[in-house]
Amino acid sequence: MIREPALNSSSSSYTCVAIALHWLVALLIFFAWPMGVYMHDLPLSPQKLQYYAWHKWAGVTVFLLALLRLAWRAGHPAPALPEAMPRWQRQAATGLHHLLYLLILVIPLSGWLMSSAKGFQTVWFGVVPLPDLVGKDKELGHLLEEVHEALNFTLLGIVAIHVAAAIKHHLVDRDDILARMLPFLRRTPS
Amino acid sequence: MRARFMLSLALLGAALPAAAVEYGKVLPDKSQLTFTSRQMGVPVNGRFARFTTQVSFDPARPEAGKAVLEVDLASIDAGSTEADEEVAGKNWFQTKAFPTARFVSASVKALGGGRYEVRGPLTLKGHTQEVAAPFTFKTDGATGVLDGGFTLKRLDFGIGQGAWGDTDTVANEIQVNFHVVVAPGPTTPTK
Ligand code: HEM
Ligand code: HEM
Repeated sequence: MIREPALNSSSSSYTCVAIALHWLVALLIFFAWPMGVYMHDLPLSPQKLQYYAWHKWAGVTVFLLALLRLAWRAGHPAPALPEAMPRWQRQAATGLHHLLYLLILVIPLSGWLMSSAKGFQTVWFGVVPLPDLVGKDKELGHLLEEVHEALNFTLLGIVAIHVAAAIKHHLVDRDDILARMLPFLRRTPS
Repeated sequence: MRARFMLSLALLGAALPAAAVEYGKVLPDKSQLTFTSRQMGVPVNGRFARFTTQVSFDPARPEAGKAVLEVDLASIDAGSTEADEEVAGKNWFQTKAFPTARFVSASVKALGGGRYEVRGPLTLKGHTQEVAAPFTFKTDGATGVLDGGFTLKRLDFGIGQGAWGDTDTVANEIQVNFHVVVAPGPTTPTK
């Protein structure tokens, strides 16, 4: 299944596993993010409780997939960026990727702690209870809500740059960077 | 002389259980009425801050025990301000029309091993149903501690109607627990 090129050339792709995990996490975030904003403003209703639950389940799943991703990544380095790219761009890309990894770990963590502080435990898919690492504490709950929100807007900004860069590579530079994550877009046979 | 002294001691010893203390003075500050609901599989704790209890219990004669509990439903802490406001409404307790819940014991029996069971009608939001609550009795210094609870099926009492009737979101079963601390003495109503 994994069609890894023999040579780790600049146009080589990520592994199938890395690609699958990247898009799964991205999809979950595109679901959890707007859900988070929407559910927050709803009046209390069964629907609201459901949305909160789904949001948390998706968020915890992101966290677990992020761990899995990092474990996989440790054994499967990312393909090298093209030599033609300016040095600062390569550094920026790597730096932003590290930040993205960090955020998809800390955002769920902040959400989990916030829930505990607000007195609502997280039970993954209604089946696996996560321990409450902090007790019920209104002030702390409020603070963590602000932290969760701030981290999420940071993520929004970074993903915007991330996506803009990917599109620029594809349409302006016309290289294979986007295709490394979306193999069906590949223009040149690798 | 000595033998008679021993005999009276032995008699006293035998008589002790029957002369056991009756516990009737509820200590409201030490007593608690809590509950746990399940929302999307998540246990959420709440409590009632104000309730009056009259309890008289003598572990030597449990069947003579009595309890009356009256709960001020507006004193609920349902886990969040949002929830407190919601449960006062028409779909839930409808606190304006039904401000209190009342339980009166009809019988108490011993289950053995320090465990007992109290039974009686519970009236909540205009509905009356018999409930049975197992409890334990322990002495703690001079006071007695009754710990028990029962599962309340909220829909039997019309609690959480309308959209909230969906028990997949908020489970029908609510675990209600009481922790009542009583001092020896005759029954006195407490607030
Ligand atoms: C990558 C995963 C996650 C993303 C992208 C995310 C995103 C968001 C966003 C955008 C909001 C709205 C912030 C606002 O405008 O107020 C939010 C709120 C919230 N999130 Fe998350 N979240 C994630 C994970 C989690 C997890 C794992 C939990 C809990 C276990 C969680 C619990 C919450 C809660 C409870 C709120 C609502 C706070 C409130 O309004 O009371 N989130 N989330
Ligand atoms: C919330 C959403 C997203 C997150 C958290 C995220 C995160 C990441 C991370 C951490 C990497 C680095 C992978 C590694 O080197 O191990 C990466 C790579 C990549 N992402 Fe995303 N991503 C998201 C959405 C997107 C979207 C929407 C696109 C496309 C428009 C995209 C395109 C890419 C591409 C092309 C790469 C490979 C870059 C390279 O070859 O160096 N990502 N992403």
